[in-house]
Amino acid sequence: MGKKLLLEHVDVPGINTLSVYRQKGGYRALEKALRTMTPEAIVEEVKVSGLRGRGGAGFPTGMKWSFLAKPEGVPRYVVCNADESEPGTFKDRYLMEKIPHLLIEGMIVSSFALGAKTSFIYIRGEYFYVARILEAAIAEAYEAGLLGKNILNSGFDHDCYVQIGAGAYICGEETALLESLEGKRGNPRIKPPFPAVAGLYSCPTVVNNVETIAAVVPIVNDGGAAYAAVGIGKSTGTKLISASGHIKKPGVYEIELGVPVEEFIYSDEYCGGILGDRKLKAVVAGGSSVPILPADLILKTAAGEPRLMSYESLADGGFASGTMLGSGGFIVMDETSSIVKNLYTFTRFYHHESCGQCSPCREGTGWMEKILHRILDGDGTMKDIDLLWDIQSKIEGKTICPLGDAAAWPVASAIRHFRAEFEEYVRKGHSIKDVKHYYTTQGLPEPAYS
Amino acid sequence: MHTDQKRDIRFDEQTMETVRKIIKRYPEGKHKSALIPILHIAQAEFDGWLSPEVMDYVAEILNIQSIEVYEVASFYSMFNLKPVGKCLIEVCRTSSCWLRGAEDVVRHIEKKLHISVGETTSDGMFTLKTVECLGSCGTAPMMQVGADYYENLTLDKVDELLDQWKSEGKRSRYC
Repeated sequence: MGKKLLLEHVDVPGINTLSVYRQKGGYRALEKALRTMTPEAIVEEVKVSGLRGRGGAGFPTGMKWSFLAKPEGVPRYVVCNADESEPGTFKDRYLMEKIPHLLIEGMIVSSFALGAKTSFIYIRGEYFYVARILEAAIAEAYEAGLLGKNILNSGFDHDCYVQIGAGAYICGEETALLESLEGKRGNPRIKPPFPAVAGLYSCPTVVNNVETIAAVVPIVNDGGAAYAAVGIGKSTGTKLISASGHIKKPGVYEIELGVPVEEFIYSDEYCGGILGDRKLKAVVAGGSSVPILPADLILKTAAGEPRLMSYESLADGGFASGTMLGSGGFIVMDETSSIVKNLYTFTRFYHHESCGQCSPCREGTGWMEKILHRILDGDGTMKDIDLLWDIQSKIEGKTICPLGDAAAWPVASAIRHFRAEFEEYVRKGHSIKDVKHYYTTQGLPEPAYS
Repeated sequence: MHTDQKRDIRFDEQTMETVRKIIKRYPEGKHKSALIPILHIAQAEFDGWLSPEVMDYVAEILNIQSIEVYEVASFYSMFNLKPVGKCLIEVCRTSSCWLRGAEDVVRHIEKKLHISVGETTSDGMFTLKTVECLGSCGTAPMMQVGADYYENLTLDKVDELLDQWKSEGKRSRYC
């Protein structure tokens, strides 16, 4: 069993309540921070821990914190990105639903370290019931003097609020999130200025993912060095992986970074193998945005080394033969899956979620969706495959925010590794309509419609 | 549906109190931050959608231009700008749900309710929508009705739920 730093007590009955959370050692990090540490010392521990942003980008958290501007007399904000919308990702929802106080404690400690008197947890609107759970936990924390004025007689005041979104993937991009929090459309801002200088209400702001903020709690409790001792190389600590698709045991797993991918997919401790013991076809390892890899390349690198669940190992080989850890949204596809159809669901998603500011993304995503639709209907041509490649290459790197890249990479990787399947769709023409694009699971009966 | 019923577009005192509390969270002059939370409340209070009159009323509460409300309401997919049935069913259609049979679920509901995606049943009871990833990939396929998630769906389970909701006249609402 790997070490658990976040989910150790997840199955304890009542762990969502303050009393049980405290019995299990909860709010020790807050007491330690407020009573024995300076804000600078906490930032230092986070730097030493090597913690990297868990939302997808993997940027070192301590460095992000150290960029925060601190002009006199200007309020600073901590904002938690709980907009989790990357297809295949559901770890933040699990953490907030099961152990809401871990996030609240992380918010207060992080806010103390960064000198923020107010923080917001921006949660996607669809997670409304989770927002209610967080609000209940916040109310308990106020009641116990862990939030509000003069927390634990330290002289530190802090208020934490939950803000709900309303259905927009783009609001997971930090500047779009801030726009949304200000009551506007979620259009990403041009950077610089970065939020660390001009974020919420043009004030210095740190935006961190739920899991990142939760990880601050064990880092303060046991020290940054202890955190850095877990994991492998520059991939320190643990990571929550959301496992879904054709596996026997879908769910959220906390892994020590460095677990071999093969063990993660096949061991009973994690995914438990492929449904029906069918063959593995492909994996999207880090949420819909990262390149899809065929079975041979996800299990082993191009050089034949075992592939590990870490930032470096998953990226080994660049985009030619590697991928990214991303958000940890691990989608497994068995031999019955259609790569083309799966790509269509991704491309339709990005078209739906493009904010429309940048032409390459706004027009390109819709165009790619139409072409894929055509190919799936048996009306595609070989030239369409090249056209898809051409369009994605003209979106990548040419937009204000990374949604453009996120829309381009799945298309590029699907064609790179599965071109033959696209060609088969084209060759089969209209007879492709008789091909089942998907496999029904869980004993779902054959569709009754024709 | 509820369009022909002329009604007074005003929050009751209790709802207004909630609205005032939300506005107070934000610093002086930054009350526009309350727009999205208030639109959610307005949608729940006024038949599950945001008519121009409802949006104008929200603009009035926040003392902002109506266009500032329209542009936000039209950006976010959870805000309905047209009337919907009493019970709005939203089925996830993205990758993981699709891999585990979401298309079967959608077609099954279409057939059972005699409507296509995006339509409302003639009695105004159900509207069916497909939506993008709802963060329930490990329990796919799934659908959301109001604030509730219904996960690990099978066609039998869907039948059971639809029958139950029809008989109890379930209303979907987030808040």
